[in-house]
Amino acid sequence: MASKLTRSNRAGWIMAFPGIALMTLFIIVPFFLAFAFSLTNQRLASPNAVEYVGFENYSDLLGLAVFTLEPERDESGAVVRDEDGEIEYPRLRNFTRNNPDYPNLAGKREWFSWASGENRTVVLSSDVVFMKALVNTFTFVIFVAPIQAGLALCLALLINQKLRGINVFRTVYFMPVVVSIVVVSILWRFIYSPGDGLLNNALGWLTFGAFTPQDWLGNTSTALPAIMAMSIWQGVGFHMVIWLAGLQNISPTLYEAGNIEGANKWQTFRYITWPGLRNTAVLILIVITMQAFALFAQIDVMTSGGPLDSTQVLVFQAVERGYGKQDISGGSTISVILFVIVLTISLIQRYLTRER
Amino acid sequence: MATVTADNRGLRLATRYAVLILIAIIFIFPLLFMVMSSLKPSAQLLADTKSLRAFLPVGDLSFDNYTDAFVRAPIGLFVFNSVLVTGITVLFCIFVCSLAAFAFVFIDWGGKTIIFSILLATLIIPYETIFIPLLLMASQLPWIGAEGFEIGWLNSYRVQIVPFIADALSIFLFVQFFKDLPKELIEASRVEGASWWTIYRKVVMPLSGPVIATAAILKFLFMYNQYLWPLMVVQEEGIRPVMVGLGYFTDQLNVPWGEVMAYLTVITVPVLAFYLALQRVFIASVASTGVK
Repeated sequence: MASKLTRSNRAGWIMAFPGIALMTLFIIVPFFLAFAFSLTNQRLASPNAVEYVGFENYSDLLGLAVFTLEPERDESGAVVRDEDGEIEYPRLRNFTRNNPDYPNLAGKREWFSWASGENRTVVLSSDVVFMKALVNTFTFVIFVAPIQAGLALCLALLINQKLRGINVFRTVYFMPVVVSIVVVSILWRFIYSPGDGLLNNALGWLTFGAFTPQDWLGNTSTALPAIMAMSIWQGVGFHMVIWLAGLQNISPTLYEAGNIEGANKWQTFRYITWPGLRNTAVLILIVITMQAFALFAQIDVMTSGGPLDSTQVLVFQAVERGYGKQDISGGSTISVILFVIVLTISLIQRYLTRER
Repeated sequence: MATVTADNRGLRLATRYAVLILIAIIFIFPLLFMVMSSLKPSAQLLADTKSLRAFLPVGDLSFDNYTDAFVRAPIGLFVFNSVLVTGITVLFCIFVCSLAAFAFVFIDWGGKTIIFSILLATLIIPYETIFIPLLLMASQLPWIGAEGFEIGWLNSYRVQIVPFIADALSIFLFVQFFKDLPKELIEASRVEGASWWTIYRKVVMPLSGPVIATAAILKFLFMYNQYLWPLMVVQEEGIRPVMVGLGYFTDQLNVPWGEVMAYLTVITVPVLAFYLALQRVFIASVASTGVK
């Protein structure tokens, strides 16, 4: 009876159709197009025909080679050293440019190198900037995801107390979430500005003037951490609220039971609160990871990837190619790589936190 | 003895509040700096960052930055564009997504399980990974409008609206909410001979206030704060939204910081006021994304 009443192919399809059609056209189709474009030389507007290029775009981005440079030696076989006593090596470009003996090095550049005895081992990359973007993006996620999730949990525990006026604090902590990251990035440029910036002044005041002012965004070692700190500041309220919802889902009777058993605060958290937050934790970790991998506006507004590519990230690179250089295939390739990374990490997180 | 415990409790309470207030300051000071700076001439604004004056309404205060900013850039137009694009997207999103969710929850039809799983799977696709191919699509999609048939969506309102109407999260939120509604209500209406459309309009939607608010708020925040997509698809000044309009000020050789602060205040404070007025609903909306 009931099933007959609710069965209707026509009504079901008609009502779901607008949503299905829009999502197919604007999410699913471009998603697959990214894969397709990454195998071609598609450009935004070009008079030339589009050609299939196989995995060329991927090898142009991900190509790596390791090469050992042997020191220059004079006739007697002794190592040649310059005035400072540093070992002299042949120039790398002798191998990477027009050298038929080393086809695997053609067009690659030095990414980083280290000394191994007298020799020097060099890691070469087809696209050094992309490699830096890849490493920076991972660094960003590895620091931001756990710190932001942890701080958000601390804030949620703090807000979950029964205190007069606690809602006012909850409202304030959540406030940056409703402010655009673009606006936040501009404001934080003042906090981070060199010399008389707000952060330099605050630190100088706290250390009674002992602190040397830093150019936070202009220094390769502080630029990315500075952007991480700001991103955490902006996003932490969002995840605080999700943790809070998880906390409030835990049955009060469990806490009462713990109280009767004489559990201390840590035991209560360890054996009642934390197990109750399991699903919330999985969700938060996945959501933060996805958001962190997609960072773009902070970079665009604050550093444009600089200084010296120390804040280059994947989405910024994808946009620079796909939009800036109108190289749709290159941008799509980066997008696909980004998606594969996000998917892999989500699956790993889900596997590691599965119910056992 | 009793007084000691009372003192202890008072001290602990004071510590708790001190911690809460300290954290609150961390979250508030950049916004306070923004509003205060918007009232100061650029030179004073920069000089004030040396001290706590940065957060106080002191010195040469005026609304000059606001008038200057409105002269420099068509701010009213940018705000109008953002409100228009955000408003229309939110309205269509509520309609399209609730309608789809209605079909997924209440009606039995062939293929709905598999289609729902596919749509839900798109939750894992960040928009940032599809924007580049979407850019190419947008440059080649056809449209039939007031001026007849045309090719290309770039530099239009539609390119800022249509791709964002339907999304997995919104549909999912409606589905979760509809699942908790009593099925007998719908079946009773069917027995009485009501059409699906009538049930959607007269029975289900009137009960869906909370989830409509949730979906609308999340979509509003996403749309109003969009930056990357309009940056790529909107070059024309006439249809530029607020976040991209910022370039008007920051792309200058000598950035007029006072005006920048005034502009930021203009585009941020209404949203903050909206948030403060409805903060319970805002927070409940975000919280509900976590209950999966």
